[in-house]
Amino acid sequence: MNCQTTKDLLNAYSDGELDVVNHLAVEEHLGSCPACSLVYENQKTLKAAMADDSLYFKAPSDLRDRIRQSLPKSSGTDSSRASGIWIWRLVPAFAAFALIAVLVLSFIRPGQSNDDVLASELVSGHVRSMMANHLTDVLSSDQHTVKPWFEGKLDFSPPVVDLAGSGFPLVGGRLDYAGSRPVAALVYKRQQHVINLFVFPSDGSSDSGPTTSVRQGFNLIHWSRSGMTFWAVSDLNLQELQEFVQGIQK
Amino acid sequence: MLSKKKTSDFEEQILPHLDAAYNLARWLTRDAVDAEDVVQEAYLRAFRFYDSFHGIEARGWLLKIVRNTCYSWLQKNRGHNLTTEFDEEQHSVESHDPETALIGKIDSQMLKRLLDELPLEFREIVILRELEGMSYKEIAGIADLPLGTVMSRLARARQRLQTSLGTYAGGESK
Repeated sequence: MNCQTTKDLLNAYSDGELDVVNHLAVEEHLGSCPACSLVYENQKTLKAAMADDSLYFKAPSDLRDRIRQSLPKSSGTDSSRASGIWIWRLVPAFAAFALIAVLVLSFIRPGQSNDDVLASELVSGHVRSMMANHLTDVLSSDQHTVKPWFEGKLDFSPPVVDLAGSGFPLVGGRLDYAGSRPVAALVYKRQQHVINLFVFPSDGSSDSGPTTSVRQGFNLIHWSRSGMTFWAVSDLNLQELQEFVQGIQK
Repeated sequence: MLSKKKTSDFEEQILPHLDAAYNLARWLTRDAVDAEDVVQEAYLRAFRFYDSFHGIEARGWLLKIVRNTCYSWLQKNRGHNLTTEFDEEQHSVESHDPETALIGKIDSQMLKRLLDELPLEFREIVILRELEGMSYKEIAGIADLPLGTVMSRLARARQRLQTSLGTYAGGESK
């Protein structure tokens, strides 16, 4: 692939919109062409800057109420209104959870490898974390707050890095349970996408990966290093999730 | 009874996307108060059209209505000329690649100003892609554009932002 074609495809490449063949061709060209790499690095820098929270305008808190009042009367009375919103928001979540539970059960069959079972559990953990407002136990973008929080709750200390500079701000951490043991879940964001990074000791197995897989529409990247096993789970596209993993591994 | 059900369904499916609606309206109108008005009007429209909602992609469905409401609001209140604001020829001079690296952390206030200065037709695509994380196909649906136009506008908008940021950084270091 030449420079002109690469530049034409570079936007779609960094947005994760290319098909596999073109994606790999661009990747290969970038590996050998400093000029195109620079253009790509600039795109990534810009993209990371755009993920800054200060650029996203959240609706004023009273706007929701004003809109609800302007709609034809629904059944809610004033006292039930606050909890009503909450419950309505949970309905699709519960439906999704039921569906995923069925999917997960149908996925777990005898003879399936440990990794498969674990991946299912972690995807469920990821989905669960987005429901019922339980994304984080400790809400902080400061790695020096998140890391000590795990002390005393786990028999290991997960490495915590902040990737805000690359457009993946740390949101917080959470305790989760997978593979018959407590695991650390570090929560990062990319725009509106949530990334759960599960970390736990490797139990003696050597360094491996990263390997990618797709499960129930979520992308998973899995690797082991220095005695720790990492699983990144997100609905983010594979390209950006790989960037995230590269940032973590640095 | 029926209308009660419609209202509660609507609140359950469409109201959770209020932040996305407001964010888009805020970027398109560039004004906090106007954005609230537009979002409120868009929600009323959305409620009226709710029967045509097929239950999937609620956010995209709502954002299309917000976007159209913004456009008619801008036309009415600011005499916004929707066809000639961005002259392709006039801006083509900028279309070279920045040859230096954008270094360090980009100042977000600066970036916000540059985004505000982008022509409406380009701004909306950048916002939908970078802030809402929507796919090219979804954006094409919302802005009612061919996929190729979405891609070329996105590429040009990014190039323009990079050029401006490069100039800004270069000017500062002198």
